Amino acid sequence: MVAFNEMHPDGAELRKPYAAYDSWLSKQDPHRLADKMRDAERVFRKTGITFNVYGEEEAAERLIPFDIVPRILAGSEWRRLTQGIEQRVQALNAFLDDIYHRQEILKAGRIPKALIANNEAFLPEMIGVRPPGGVYTHIIGVDIVRTSENEFFVLEDNARTPSGVSYMLENRETMMQLFPELFQRIRVRPVENYPQLLRQSLAAVAPGGLKSSPTVAVLTPGSYNSAYFEHAFLADQMGVELVEGQDLRVVDGHVAMRTTEGYKQIDVIYRRVDDDFLDPLTFRPDSALGVPGIMDVYRAGNITIANAPGTGIADDKAIYSYMPEIIEFYTGRKAILGNIPTWRCSEPDSLKYVQEHLTELVVKEVHGSGGYGMLVGPAASKKECEDFSKKLAAKPHNYIAQPTLSLSTCPILTESGLAPRHVDLRPFVLVSDRIQIVPGGLTRVALKEGSLVVNSSQGGGTKDTWVLMDD
Amino acid sequence: MLGRTANGLYWMSRYIERSENMARLVDAGLRMALTRTENTAEEWFSVVASAGAEIAFQAKHGKDYSEATVSDFLLRDRSYSSSARSAMETARNNARMVRTALTRETWEAINEAWMSLTRLLASPIDDRDLPAVLDAIKRECALIRGALYSTMLRNEIFDFYQIGTYVERADNTARILDVKYYVLLPSISWVGSTLDNYQWESILRSVSAHRSYRWIYEAEYKPTNIADFLILNGRMPRSLAFCYRMIAEHLGFLAANYGMRHPSHDSLDRIFAKLRVGSIKEIIDSGLHEFLSDFIRENNQLGDQVALDYRFH
Repeated sequence: MVAFNEMHPDGAELRKPYAAYDSWLSKQDPHRLADKMRDAERVFRKTGITFNVYGEEEAAERLIPFDIVPRILAGSEWRRLTQGIEQRVQALNAFLDDIYHRQEILKAGRIPKALIANNEAFLPEMIGVRPPGGVYTHIIGVDIVRTSENEFFVLEDNARTPSGVSYMLENRETMMQLFPELFQRIRVRPVENYPQLLRQSLAAVAPGGLKSSPTVAVLTPGSYNSAYFEHAFLADQMGVELVEGQDLRVVDGHVAMRTTEGYKQIDVIYRRVDDDFLDPLTFRPDSALGVPGIMDVYRAGNITIANAPGTGIADDKAIYSYMPEIIEFYTGRKAILGNIPTWRCSEPDSLKYVQEHLTELVVKEVHGSGGYGMLVGPAASKKECEDFSKKLAAKPHNYIAQPTLSLSTCPILTESGLAPRHVDLRPFVLVSDRIQIVPGGLTRVALKEGSLVVNSSQGGGTKDTWVLMDD
Repeated sequence: MLGRTANGLYWMSRYIERSENMARLVDAGLRMALTRTENTAEEWFSVVASAGAEIAFQAKHGKDYSEATVSDFLLRDRSYSSSARSAMETARNNARMVRTALTRETWEAINEAWMSLTRLLASPIDDRDLPAVLDAIKRECALIRGALYSTMLRNEIFDFYQIGTYVERADNTARILDVKYYVLLPSISWVGSTLDNYQWESILRSVSAHRSYRWIYEAEYKPTNIADFLILNGRMPRSLAFCYRMIAEHLGFLAANYGMRHPSHDSLDRIFAKLRVGSIKEIIDSGLHEFLSDFIRENNQLGDQVALDYRFH
């Protein structure tokens, strides 16, 4: 199976979005490009744009490799994508509201009841709670893969706490530093206003009845978290406080942060702490990362938590397979962006199929993320497949399986010149009283030849993503 | 500002200052070793004593006080939390925690200083390289200060940074003096001996004051002048009086900014008053060692009180 090359399909012909870039590239000295690659690494190292990898003590702070060849989308391609994403995001919020209130979709028999009731991501504490502004998932990173000129699929809806937006911003910043001439020559739509949009978007869903403009804060698990750089970056760019659980306390029915002048009320929390750790009085009692009593404040409508607790039920991998039904149920239209065919191993027929075709499939944990605990059949050894098959048999409801798609490729700069590598795309979506999508996103790229795993925790890299201001 | 952020800024600045002070102490020791022909173990011991590190040092090296052991311990030992390298690492971790409060230039200067010290001190220092290593540490710290002073807004963030810097610096100067106070006391058997000159110069050198001393006092080293310079001279940037003038200024800004005085302001007034006495003679007459050990204790208490008043925890 030959992958769709976004720059040179079939190896020869150049696709239009890359025309201007290619004419620039053909005039570049390869040595200069190699130098630029090293410059880029120095910029990232110097500014401390690192992420922490769990379980690797020596390399506690690592850089995500950055490739200097941009991934380029035409304006028309982008418009088509955004329509599909908007529809999806609307459906996700409508689904969450329904699931925590009337549960019409279950009554209509479109989704099995057991899938919700037995799901750890479903929070009974959220039943009947309506978040300020009626929004459940405010910040979403939809993972999209491409397989041909016109075929895009949604791989995952990251509706809990998607990360990576800081890389989108820093990648652009770095590219503009390294190649200012390119941005004069090619009209690329800007992404730099994302932090302002995020702050406005969060402020727009603050609790009602505030006397002054809302106080927003970013809640981080702390500087040892793998995405700490991003938490600090976003707080900084928005001009809001970066708080930890130890800074917060419930005071007079509101969440307040300990400042040098005493406790000060917070109205909107952009939390980067998982549901389980949010409130030791409601969820995990051993959590030191959350705020005791915050759920009571939330239920009383005195704080906005973005994303709302319990949104995980919408991006759960088992629910994912029902997204086409969910979109149709709430928007009345067929999904614009397709799903990848998914076998739910909880269903006996599917399990049988998956076990028989393990070497062709990608099998994922229903609740997993970051590329951990998954099996990529075609790349796995016989023993790995056998071991995985046992795990599958023991806990079938814990897994889903998908065909190994031939992800599109983009060129990266290697020591021996340009070479195609598989990519995916994570655009970032903001929901308040409107839906906003910044033109661009995070392109993740598998650096190893032939590899389909793009996760940064598994050796993937990133690229700047350009949406052109064309036609 | 978050109390935790104020705490991070305060300790970040203390550890940057500490990292630099360790380099200065070793520099003074090195100078002594180069200018003296006799056994220098005693001088290296006093360097460790000035750093307040005797117990930790002896646990590792016993009584083996030499250039190699002392410079290794004070500059690059990771098990010693105040070594130049450990201190810079702690400073950088604090900076990382409060990076939203720092300008990009400041954060980058600290991050680069940490990377550079980590690289520089990764393997044992060859004695031929020691002067260059000491220069590099001091230069990195100067770069941080330069970035900070030229880009940071003069607000509460800067105030907490300054308070940390000067509490640490005052502690350092007072310790150096306290370890050597007996050298400064008039004593019949010592006066006039050449040994005195070296000892005195080493005190001045460890606070980089050997040249500025001569601009103010006569060329000859006199114990009372040295004590006066490092304790009471309000223009000498490492003197106790100077440090307290800066702490007073920034605690004053905080009080004005927040519209509230705290117990730390009273402690400050009390300590500062003692540094504005008429002459050094009064201090020496009533006991230099007592004066300095009281100062070190009260200076630390002031730091604790600031942490309490501004809700560091």
